[in-house]
Amino acid sequence: MSQTISPTNPTPAPPPDALSTTVIEPRVGWQPIDLREIWHYRDLLFFLAWRDIKVRYKQTSLGAAWAVLQPLMTMVVFTIVFGKFAKMNTSPVIIFCAAVPWTLFASALSNAGNSLISNQNLISKVYFPRLIIPIASILSALVDFAIAFAVLLVMMGCYRIVPGWSVVLLPVFILLVLMSAMAVGLWLSALNVEYRDIRYIIPFLTQLWVFASPVGYKSSEVPEQWRTLYGLNPMAGVIEGFRWAMLGEVAPSFAMMGVSTAMIVVLLIGGLFYFRRMEKTFADLI
Amino acid sequence: MNDTAIQVEGVSKLYHIGANKTYKTARESLMSALSAPLRLAKQLARPKSEEPDPTDLWALKDVSFEVKRGEVVGIIGRNGAGKSTLLKVLARITEPTKGRISIHGRVGSLLEVGTGFHPELSGRENVFLNGAILGMRRAEIISKFDEIVAFAEVEKFIDTPVKHYSSGMYMRLAFAVAAHLEPEILIVDEVLAVGDMEFQKKCMGKMNDVAQQGRTVLFVSHNLAAIRQLCTSGVMLQRGRAVSYDKISNAVDSYINGGTEHGNILTHVNRIDKAISVTEITVNGSSNDELPLGDVRSITVEISGTVHEQLQMEMEVRVMDMYGLPLGFFSPGHLTGIVPQHKAGDFKLTRSFQLPPMSRGYYYLNIHLTHPGLHVWMEAQQAVRMTFEGTPTATGHVFEYAKGAGWVLLGTEPQNKAAASK
Repeated sequence: MSQTISPTNPTPAPPPDALSTTVIEPRVGWQPIDLREIWHYRDLLFFLAWRDIKVRYKQTSLGAAWAVLQPLMTMVVFTIVFGKFAKMNTSPVIIFCAAVPWTLFASALSNAGNSLISNQNLISKVYFPRLIIPIASILSALVDFAIAFAVLLVMMGCYRIVPGWSVVLLPVFILLVLMSAMAVGLWLSALNVEYRDIRYIIPFLTQLWVFASPVGYKSSEVPEQWRTLYGLNPMAGVIEGFRWAMLGEVAPSFAMMGVSTAMIVVLLIGGLFYFRRMEKTFADLI
Repeated sequence: MNDTAIQVEGVSKLYHIGANKTYKTARESLMSALSAPLRLAKQLARPKSEEPDPTDLWALKDVSFEVKRGEVVGIIGRNGAGKSTLLKVLARITEPTKGRISIHGRVGSLLEVGTGFHPELSGRENVFLNGAILGMRRAEIISKFDEIVAFAEVEKFIDTPVKHYSSGMYMRLAFAVAAHLEPEILIVDEVLAVGDMEFQKKCMGKMNDVAQQGRTVLFVSHNLAAIRQLCTSGVMLQRGRAVSYDKISNAVDSYINGGTEHGNILTHVNRIDKAISVTEITVNGSSNDELPLGDVRSITVEISGTVHEQLQMEMEVRVMDMYGLPLGFFSPGHLTGIVPQHKAGDFKLTRSFQLPPMSRGYYYLNIHLTHPGLHVWMEAQQAVRMTFEGTPTATGHVFEYAKGAGWVLLGTEPQNKAAASK
C-alpha cells in the first residue's frame, strides 16, 4: 500500500510560542534592502548559481572552450583593429588581460539582465527575495572567468610577465567587475520585466560598451584632460585596475579610478532600491 | 496563548487587466510620459469621478477569515472566483492592494508540483534544487534525501536526467520533495489534479498525514470529493468575495446549491492563446453560465471570435460531475483526426453532441479549443453549470463518446434496479 511509505518519524508541529509571525501588507514607496533575509536564503542562492553553471556546461557541446574562445577572439580582432589598423601601442597580452574581466562583466550583465525573465516560473510560483535571482546569475559567470583567467596566466608565462605587488589588489578589482555587472544588471533585469525590449538592448549595449572601455587600447590613449571624465564609464577604471594588478606597468590615474568606483557605488545603490521598489509587481507583470 | 495560524483582514487585490494583457514597450511608455502633462491637465480640468476603470478587476474584494492552528481548510469556488489570487497573496508571491494578513509560523506553499525542476539535471540534483526553492536548508535536504527518493520510488534512476523520466516518475519525485517540506502552515493548490489514480491516492495519504500532525493546511481544489474528505472547514469564494464555514460539508453544500451569482460563460475562460480572441460562447443558444436543461440531452456549443493567424483548431468539451470529476469527453478532432484549418479572420465553430441519460443533479462543461494533443488555444473550465431534472436512476454514469458508437457507458453503479426497469 502506498500509504505505508510515510516518513518514519514525522516531526510534530512545534509549539506555537516558537513560531515567527509574518505580516503581509501592501507596501508603498521605497523599501529597505533586507540583507538578513538574503543571507537566510543563501542555500537557494548557491543552488541557483550551481544550476546555471551545470546546465550551461551540459547543454553546450564546446562547454568550457567557450569561456576561453570569447576573450581569445576579442583579443585577435582587437589586436588587428587597434594594433595593426589604428597603430595604437597595444599587444595581445595587454588586450587579453582586459578581455578576460570584460567577458566576465559582459556575460554577468547579460545573465543578470535576462535572469528574471528566464526564471519567471519561479517568480510566479514561489516566494523568496527576488534579488537572489540576479545575484545567482552573476555568480554563475565566475566559473567561465576562472577558466579564462587560467589561460591568461599561461599566456603571461609565455611572455615572461610576473605580476608585481599590485596583484594583491586583484580580488578588489574582480569584486568591482561583479559589482558593476550587478549595478547595471539590476536596473536592466527589473526594467526587462515590464519592457521586453531590454532583452534586445543588452547585446547591443555590451557590443558598443566594449569600444567605450579600455579593452582594445589602454586608457592612456585617451587625452589627459578627458581621462577623469572617461572614468564615468565604470568599466574604464575597473579594467585598467585589473590590467595594472596583473601586468604591473604604470598605475592608472587615481582620479579616473575614483570616478569609476563612485559611479559603480551610485549605480549599484540606485539599482538595489529600484529593484526593491519594482519587486512586488514582478509576479503580476511577468 | 494565541491559537490563530492565519488572520486575513479585509484583503483586496486589484488587477489592471488592460495594462496586463500585453507587455508595455519602451516606446509606449515614452509616449505616455511625453503626453503626461497633457493628461494631467485633462484630469485637473475634469471633476473627479468615481467611475471605475473598465479594465480593472478586483480579483479579491474585502476578504476576511481566520484559520485556527491545526485546521485543514478547503478553499472552493469556480474559476475566476479568486482562489488562485488568494493563494498567491498568502504565499507572498503577489502583494494585496488593500488589507492585512498575519501568519504565525513558517509557510510552505505548493502552488505547483516541481517548480524549478530542470530537465537537464538528474533526479538527485533536482531534489536539492527544488528543495532549496521550496525553502529547505541544504542540511535538511541531505537528511531527508533517502526518504524522498524512497517515497518517489525512483531509486534506480536518481542519477538520470529527469528529461528521460516518464511523466509519472517526474510527478512522483516532484511531489516527494514537496511532501517532505515540514512547514507549520502548508498552502496547496490543485496538486492532486495530476498523476494517475495510484499517485493521487498517495498524495491524499500524505496530505492526511500532514493534517494528522497538527499542521495547518490550506487546500484549493476543484475536486470537491477530495476537499470533503480532507478538510475540516471551508472558505467559499464567489467573484472575489469570501464566505467562511466552520464545517466543510456546509461549505460544499452551499457551493453546490449556491452558485447564486450568474455570469457570462466568457468569464470562465482561464487560458487563451494570443493567436485567437473569443467574443461569445453559447451553449444551446444561451451565453449564461447557468443552464437548466430539464431532460434535454442534446447540447450545442457555439464559439465565435477571431483568429489572428492561420491555425488548426477543433472544439473539445468535457462533462464533469458536481464534484469536478470527469464523466465524459467529446472531441471530434481526437476521434476523426481531422482538425479544421482556420484562416486569419472571424470564425464561428458550432458542435453538437448527445448526452446519455443523466441522473438528476448538477454537471459542468469544460469547453476547450485545441489542436488535439498539440496545443490548447482556449480553455474555459467549469464554463457552464447544467442542471438536469432527470429520472433518479443511477448516480454515477461513466461514459465516453466513441467513434461510430455514440456515448459508451464505461460503467454504472448498479443500483435502484426498480427505477431503472420502470
